[in-house]
Amino acid sequence: MATTEEVKKLATLARIKLADAELEKFTGEFDTILGYVGQLEKLNLPQNVGGEKPPLRNIMRKDGDSHAHAAHTEKLAEQFSAREGNALRVKQIIQHD
Amino acid sequence: MTRLNEMTIVEAARALRARECTVRELWDACIKAIEEKNPELHAYLEIFPADDAAIAAAQKRIDNDGEKAPLLCGIPLAIKDNILIEGNIVSAASKMLENYRATYDATVISKLKEQGALFLGRTNMDEFAMGSSTEHSAFGKTLNPHDISRVPGGSSGGSATAVAAHLAIAALGSDTGGSIRQPAALTGLVGLKPTYGAVSRSGLIAMGSSLDQIGPLAKSVSDAEILYDAIRGKDTLDATSIPEGLYEERKVPQQFRIGVPWHLLREGVDADVLAAFEAMLKRLTNAGHSLVDIELPTSSHALAAYYVIMPAEVSTNLARLDGIRYGHFSNGKTLLDDYINSRTEGFGEETRRRILLGTFVLSSGYIDAYYRKADAARAVLRREYRDAFEKADIIAFPTTPSPAFKFGEKSDPLSMYLEDIFTVTANLTGMPAISVPMGTVVRDGKKLPVGIHFTAPHQAESVLFACGNAVEKAF
Repeated sequence: MATTEEVKKLATLARIKLADAELEKFTGEFDTILGYVGQLEKLNLPQNVGGEKPPLRNIMRKDGDSHAHAAHTEKLAEQFSAREGNALRVKQIIQHD
Repeated sequence: MTRLNEMTIVEAARALRARECTVRELWDACIKAIEEKNPELHAYLEIFPADDAAIAAAQKRIDNDGEKAPLLCGIPLAIKDNILIEGNIVSAASKMLENYRATYDATVISKLKEQGALFLGRTNMDEFAMGSSTEHSAFGKTLNPHDISRVPGGSSGGSATAVAAHLAIAALGSDTGGSIRQPAALTGLVGLKPTYGAVSRSGLIAMGSSLDQIGPLAKSVSDAEILYDAIRGKDTLDATSIPEGLYEERKVPQQFRIGVPWHLLREGVDADVLAAFEAMLKRLTNAGHSLVDIELPTSSHALAAYYVIMPAEVSTNLARLDGIRYGHFSNGKTLLDDYINSRTEGFGEETRRRILLGTFVLSSGYIDAYYRKADAARAVLRREYRDAFEKADIIAFPTTPSPAFKFGEKSDPLSMYLEDIFTVTANLTGMPAISVPMGTVVRDGKKLPVGIHFTAPHQAESVLFACGNAVEKAF
C-alpha cells in the first residue's frame, strides 16, 4: 500500500509539487497500478535469463568533423529562460546564510 | 474522380506524373479540407504556411524527372508534434514546450525533405506521447472521424484523424507501446512500428528510449511501405540505429504460416472483434495461408513489464525539462523553486503520474522487485517470440480488444493502460509490427473500424508488408 507520505517523497525527488487533493488521488491510483504491475513479483522466470549478447551494443563512436564554431549558438540561446549575451543566467546556487 | 486530398500516396504520385494535378493543387486540396474539418476534429495543433519554394521545387522535379522522381515528391504529409522540423514550434502537446522552437531537423524530416515531401502541419497527441486517446493533450482532444463522440486512439491520434479524414495524404507518428498501431486500428488505417533502430530517433522528443520508434500512418499498406523506405536507415546521430542485415534475413514466403496465440485471446476481447479477427483468418486460410497454434506464456505479463520499464525511462528522459535552458519557465525564490515551479506548471496530470511511477520503480529498495524483474521478463519475451518464429512466419492477434471508446470512458489510468495490452510486446522485444484494417464492428448504430496486428522477426518488415497486402487482397 502506498501512503501519501511516500508519494509526497517521490514528488520531491521528481521536483514536482502536488496539491493535497492530487496527492490523495495519486496515492489511490498508485495502489491500483502497483497492484497490477505487482503480478511480476509472482512471475517465475527461468534462471538463465539475460547474459545474451545483443547484436547491437552502445559503443563510443570516433570523433568526426564537428560543425562550425558557434553555428547553433544563437538558435539555442533564443530559448533560454534568462539570457545575458550568449550566456544563460541562473540563480545563485550557493547560499551564504 | 476521387478528390485530390482523398488519394493515397501511390495514387497522388501517379496523378502528379500524369499531370492530372499539380503539386500546388494537391497541397491546396489538403489545406481546404483542413480548413473545413479541422476546427471540429482538431487533428492539427498548427497548420504550416505553404512553403512556396518547396512546392515549386517539387513540381519542377516531377516535371524534369518524371518516373525517376521520388514517390513522396510533392506529397503533403502530417507530422506528429514530437518530431522536430527546424524553425517550427514542436510542443509534444505539452505546456512545457508550448513555445519551444526546433533548432534542427529530425533525421526523418531531413530524409523526407530530400525526397521533396511537404509538411502540412503538426498533429495533436497525448502529452509527451503518454496515452491512448489524445485526451491527455494539453491543447484539447482530437475526435475520431468515424464517430466524433469517440477517441481516435493515441498517442498519435492527431496523425490518425488527419489521414483518416483526408486532411493529409499520410502521416508520421511515434510508437512507444502502440501509439501508431492502436490509433491506426481505431481509425481504419495502416500503422507500422518498425524494428527498434530501423528508423533514426534523432529529433524525436524522447519518451521511452528503449521502446520509441517513428513510423507511418497511411491509407494503404503500399503507402506505409513507401514512407518506411523513405525514413529508415542507420544514422550517425542515433547510436541505437541499426545497419542493414544486422539480424538474420527472412525470406518472404508465398504462403504464410500465421502463428496465433489463442491462449491470450480467451478473455478480454469483445466478441465481435474476435469474430472479425477469426473471419479475417478464415479469408487468409482460404487464400492458401496456414494457421499455427503458438504459445507465448510470458505475454500475459508484458503489459505489467511495460508499465515498469516505460515510466522508468519517462522519468529519466523528462528530468531534463527544468525550464532553464528551454521550455516553460516559472520564476521562484531559489533555483530549486525554479525547477519545481516550472515542472509543476509545465507537466499535465498523466505526465506527472508517470514521472512519479518511474521515480518509484527506480528507487532503491524497489528496483529489484520492479525494474530488474521487468527487464528479465523482457528478455524471456524476446526468447519466446524467437522460438515461436521457428514455426510461424508471422504472429497475429487483434490490434485492440475493442473498437474506439467514448471520451471520458477510461477515466481511471489502469483501464486506459489496458488499451495497449496487445501492442506493447513488439516494443519490448524490438520486433516490427503492423496494424491493418480487418473490418468494422457496430457500436450505437455506427460502424467502427478494427485492426489485425502482425508481428515479424527483427528487420523482417518486408514480411509484414507482404502479409498486410494479403489482408488487403482478402477483403
